[in-house]
Amino acid sequence: MTTSGRRLAQVALYAGILAAWEVLPRAGVVPRLFVPPLSEALATLVSDRREYLGSLPTTFGEIAVSYLIVCGGGILLGQLIGASAAARRIALPVLRSAYAIPIVVLYPVMMVWFGLGSESKIAFASIYAFIPTLLTAVAGVAALSPALGETARAFGATRLQQILYIALPASLPSIVAALRLGGALVIVGVIVAQMLGAAEGLGFLITRHRTLLNSPGVYAGIVLVLLITGLHEVLLRGLERRVAAYREGASPS
Amino acid sequence: MSRPLVAIRGVSQRFGPDGAGVVALDGIDLEIPDGQFAAVVGPSGCGKSTLLSLVAGLRRPSSGTVLCDGEPITGPMPRKVGMIFQEANLLPWLSALDNVAFPLKLRRVARAERLPAARRMLTLTGLSGFEDRLPHQLSGGMKQRVAIARGLVQDPAVLLMDEPFASLDEQTRMVLGDELLRIWSETRKTVLFVTHSLNEAVYLADRVIVLSARPGRVVDDVTVDLPRPRTFAMTGGERFGALKDRIWRHIKHAERG
Repeated sequence: MTTSGRRLAQVALYAGILAAWEVLPRAGVVPRLFVPPLSEALATLVSDRREYLGSLPTTFGEIAVSYLIVCGGGILLGQLIGASAAARRIALPVLRSAYAIPIVVLYPVMMVWFGLGSESKIAFASIYAFIPTLLTAVAGVAALSPALGETARAFGATRLQQILYIALPASLPSIVAALRLGGALVIVGVIVAQMLGAAEGLGFLITRHRTLLNSPGVYAGIVLVLLITGLHEVLLRGLERRVAAYREGASPS
Repeated sequence: MSRPLVAIRGVSQRFGPDGAGVVALDGIDLEIPDGQFAAVVGPSGCGKSTLLSLVAGLRRPSSGTVLCDGEPITGPMPRKVGMIFQEANLLPWLSALDNVAFPLKLRRVARAERLPAARRMLTLTGLSGFEDRLPHQLSGGMKQRVAIARGLVQDPAVLLMDEPFASLDEQTRMVLGDELLRIWSETRKTVLFVTHSLNEAVYLADRVIVLSARPGRVVDDVTVDLPRPRTFAMTGGERFGALKDRIWRHIKHAERG
């Protein structure tokens, strides 16, 4: 299939899903209380835009701080662990088992600990996203070939030059991959935390409409969440393409 | 005979804690004169590559000294010694041109100066027109040509080649062998060439140094008295066969033991 043909099929698939969202509730196949038609959700989003947009500064603020913690700390730590075979052997099994803990169950504890405000959302989202991001970064560094460093050394590269010219550019693609995963998890983490207990934010708005049985209100919030994660995905994919353009089907050789 | 450009004096290399483990090289004494093409062969694991990494300054010998142009080698000396590995080891995010210029960049040579130098080397190795290609857009043989250009870009007196054609197919390997001889005759470098292939060793070199199985010792030092330029027809000749036979006897003996 040609590229343009694939694209067309993709657009058709998206259109089909959106059409189903509109048609199925109207036809009575899905109860409107649980899934209102897309147009109703969008209409609510537009008419109550002040309320929804007003929830964004808090939400974005919490996402930004968690993003910084997760991607800054997680990727840096991942680089350090990934660079040492001994550190990988010690830390990886521990991290993998820690990954299996369902962190959502700890959220009530965090709420008591950090309060109802932004701190508990940031704490939850950061912990939720930290380990997967770290593991992605570790895997990326561990996959680097030591041969390039050796080659640079034979040509007289200093330690600093090896980091600057070899290690850093070589791990850039895995850093962007970690950013992409970490960012997506942070967004979900913040919204979920807001839903479970908060006084403001997009997640809080969704929960409030739910308790009022205002389904279009709930789905208007969901549409907004989808827009945020979609935007993040598009941005990071673009970055990934630029950074990893040289990888096109080839490992370092 | 000219003065030795590379001198290896009483070199031993042990691996493992406090050098108590495996003995890779034992009492190696070699002198490579300026401009000589020397091949090093030996059974698997005889320390051929270790020997090369000592001359490259990537490793220090457990005992003995390695001299280049009379100067002890204590670390990489990229301006005197160029290295070419089994894999091209190109930086995948740099163009062929920038890869060749990379050793000059490490020495902070200005861009305006290092790019023309790299361009000349790519022309020498038959890659003009491919300057802007990324490594993944080049064939295996072309990548190795880029690596040779990179090894030559600082005009080092010594070229170390660690099984440079081992991961290429037979035909590419033969073409690159002839190319290497052409480049060598144009630049007159001293070449230390490690290989698994006896054909390659006899075809390319002035001299074949044969190492024994671990611990690696020099068991034979064969002068290849075939005329130059070498031709493919020689590889079927009697002299070629006799030289190969002589080397093979050492290796066969070692590989069996």
